[in-house]
Amino acid sequence: MPYEPVIGLEVHAQLLTETKIFCSCSTQFGAEPNSHTCPVCMGMPGVLPVLNRKVVEYTMKMALATHCRINEACNFARKNYFYPDLPKGYQISQYAQPLSEHGYVDIELDGGKKRIGITRIHMEEDAGKLLHDEHLPSSYVDLNRTGVPLIEIVSEPDMRSTDEAVAYLKRLHEILVYLEICDGNMEEGSFRCDANVSLRPRGEMMFGTRTELKNMNSFRNVQRALDYEIKRQQYILESGQDVIQETRLWDDSKGETQSMRGKEEAHDYRYFPDPDLVPIVIDNAWTEEMKKSLPELPLEKRERFIRDYQIPPYDAGVLTSSRALAGYFEEVARLSGKPKIASNWVMGDVLRFLNEEKRDIKECPVLPGSLAEMIQLIEDGTISGKMAKDIIVEMYRTGKSPQAVIEEKGMIQITDEGTLEKTVAEVIAANPTQLAQYRGGKEKLFGYFVGQVMKATQGKANPQLINELLKEMLAKE
Amino acid sequence: MELHQLTIHELQKLIRSQGIASSDIVKSVFSRIDAVEGNVHAYITLMKEYAFAEAAKADKDVKEGILKPLTGIPIALKDILCTKGFLTTCGSHILHNYVPPYDATVVQKLREAGAVFTGKTNMDEFAMGSSTETSYFGITRNPWDLERIPGGSSGGSAAAVAADECIASIGSDTGGSIRQPAALCGVVGMKPTYGRVSRFGLIAFASSLDQIGPFTKDVEDCAIMMNAIAGYDPRESTSVPLNVPDYTEFISRGIGGWKVGIPKEYFIEGIHPDIEKAMQRAITTVEGLGATCVEISLPHTEYCLAVYYIIAPAEASSNLARYDGVKYGFRPQGSIDLLDMYKKTRSAGFGAEVKRRIMIGTYALSSGYYDAYYKKASQVRALIKRDFTEAFTLCDAILTPTSPTPAFKIGEKMDDPLQMYLSDIFTISTNLAGIPGISVPCGFTKDGLPIGAQFLAGHFEEGKLIQIASAFEKYANIEKRRPAL
Ligand SMILES: [Zn+2]
Repeated sequence: MPYEPVIGLEVHAQLLTETKIFCSCSTQFGAEPNSHTCPVCMGMPGVLPVLNRKVVEYTMKMALATHCRINEACNFARKNYFYPDLPKGYQISQYAQPLSEHGYVDIELDGGKKRIGITRIHMEEDAGKLLHDEHLPSSYVDLNRTGVPLIEIVSEPDMRSTDEAVAYLKRLHEILVYLEICDGNMEEGSFRCDANVSLRPRGEMMFGTRTELKNMNSFRNVQRALDYEIKRQQYILESGQDVIQETRLWDDSKGETQSMRGKEEAHDYRYFPDPDLVPIVIDNAWTEEMKKSLPELPLEKRERFIRDYQIPPYDAGVLTSSRALAGYFEEVARLSGKPKIASNWVMGDVLRFLNEEKRDIKECPVLPGSLAEMIQLIEDGTISGKMAKDIIVEMYRTGKSPQAVIEEKGMIQITDEGTLEKTVAEVIAANPTQLAQYRGGKEKLFGYFVGQVMKATQGKANPQLINELLKEMLAKE
Repeated sequence: MELHQLTIHELQKLIRSQGIASSDIVKSVFSRIDAVEGNVHAYITLMKEYAFAEAAKADKDVKEGILKPLTGIPIALKDILCTKGFLTTCGSHILHNYVPPYDATVVQKLREAGAVFTGKTNMDEFAMGSSTETSYFGITRNPWDLERIPGGSSGGSAAAVAADECIASIGSDTGGSIRQPAALCGVVGMKPTYGRVSRFGLIAFASSLDQIGPFTKDVEDCAIMMNAIAGYDPRESTSVPLNVPDYTEFISRGIGGWKVGIPKEYFIEGIHPDIEKAMQRAITTVEGLGATCVEISLPHTEYCLAVYYIIAPAEASSNLARYDGVKYGFRPQGSIDLLDMYKKTRSAGFGAEVKRRIMIGTYALSSGYYDAYYKKASQVRALIKRDFTEAFTLCDAILTPTSPTPAFKIGEKMDDPLQMYLSDIFTISTNLAGIPGISVPCGFTKDGLPIGAQFLAGHFEEGKLIQIASAFEKYANIEKRRPAL
């Protein structure tokens, strides 16, 4: 029987606020354990939370970017459970009244576009971390991460394949990073994903029994874990057994999902509205303010690049993969007035250099102004495209302007007709045999003469001028 | 008269005009503590050395002409308020060794007002109780009759004021924990409006009900204490950014022309006959002051106790989850794993009443029961609040007994939680509605036990309470007595 997977994803994204959600401790990653803590985030007796307004605004941005409805009033709830990394014995989250609901994102697949529904986006606080000593029967608690703001983005069970799930995740990731509200670092846990997976016979409306997958810390692992789990469930169903509803952990080294049974009992979180926090009221003015602060989103930008700059969809996709790269390209395009040529240089040389060194566009030594200047130098014939290929290497290596590189290396193109005429005449005179053959109709030899002139001028001659002069002088006599 | 017997305003005058030193006052208070604390046991921790050092500083300030509202006045703090560097136990084994790294906002404000802290007072464990008998640190005795309880949960703070072991004190009130012990100990106790005094640093029992307030020897002192502790706190989200009036200005304004509501639901069977008589006299006094007493109705009164005993334990079950043995406080040795550590810590760390309420609260919030209990209780709570809103369209203040009975015998109700819960029947609705209330002495029973009258007013109308309570105090002609200790 052909089965169809049904996938829903829960994404936790760490927000890039400077301070925590309910206290003024720093959110910086990688500090000495428990150095970014205070009585509030350590859950000392008597402390109270005060909401960081930035967290609400960042969440509103994500909600608006994913077409969610922002609720006029929402509140925080306590999710009660015991664990040593949770100092209060409850997590402050949102439950019955989340900040936003009923949104969507569009994903692009080979077969076209698909719309994935977003059930809700809500705010919550992160928990701390446990460090286990392998040699001692004891564990340590690091509360630096406790109270770091998170948003949870819950999708509808709208995905029908692993590819769709990964495309959806990448889309969310791209939007979060574009909005500059999350750094998107999956290894450090700034962008985490849990998946709900079930199978049902194709054509069936009812969902099958689902499992929840955790511990997938890269796009590749999400892909592998989902593929594995779909196969596992298919095998179970095909052999006439039932899938058990449970949480399963992805084991990267073994390449399989494993049951968490026994490790985590079924929780009753006893949610109730947190009496220490007042309801958050969001009026139209605030929403409008946030709307205005939204940057152009990747999908819109991509479409604009294709339309306005007349560049192929693939190139537009690459150039809009980050806000910084798109900004870089647009600056070069604007300054040079040649978007298409700008796109070729950015996509080709600049990105290749950066990728080789795994550097970000923000660290690119070739400034947009320099690249634009170089493009203009090609356009006005000061340098040849061939020379430019060498010049940009130097520009990248030294961070210097094209003019500076050209002067240092004496790379100015020979555009003086008199000088070049002399060289062309010498080349013709030095090659009587080829001249005779050319004149006898072997016109392919034109290229040979071009090459000889280039060689004689060490590549500095303006190719267009060479062409003109050669044509003229070879035809003479 | 000894210095420890005086009020804040009397001592202020002595400090200002007659050169009485704070050190003398603190000395007098500690000699009184030495004399009676063995019988009363109002304190869990005494801060004697600190108090004398602070008094010396106050004396230096006075010499330099620096006079703050509470300069040099010895004040006791309920052991539920966090004090930086001083043991704060909340009356519980689980926090028996806990020293907070910060001061509660109220503690900070009192310090800034010049107060000198004498110590941390005894209380029911986590403020759960009406008799101060559930404290891990032993019982507190009522200064008026050492065989009786002082009320609770702020019994230590009430007894300390009544026994002159401090000049004034701070308590907290979740369902009557200031007003009921004030009545039973014959002192003045106020629970301000929810949001008027910052809860930051108050160890939470039931967050939507808890409020900090003062115990004083008279109403004027209550106004002085309120001036020091009231006000918006950016560290507390439920604190309200409203201007605080000077409460002392409400003293001796009179209540001519006021309407005072007498809720018919509060004059029920089971009220001690002497309290009933005292209430009749109180009504006469209020009318003698030029006010009219009108019968009003608070129709949802009968549900108050039930609603309270869902909401308070539900919030407590979550608030007390942090006492898990991981970070601070009590943790027994020899746990085999994490779950075992949790179980041993909480089984041995909490007393019976606390465990009872954690279980009730956990049950009320459980999936499948939430709607029937917590949600329903929240809905009825809104109706109780509305009762008061409507009542205050008909009257300026409400007068009720503070407690249905005077101080009862030690151990009398310990085995009967329901009887114990009934002690707060007249005070609980105030917390559910979030309005302010004050208990003032209004006489004695035939056996010589103090009786309290409770006045209630609308949200943020503490000034009105000071106004009516001070007028009542002045004209009620209550016999001046001191406990025979
Ligand atoms: Zn903190």
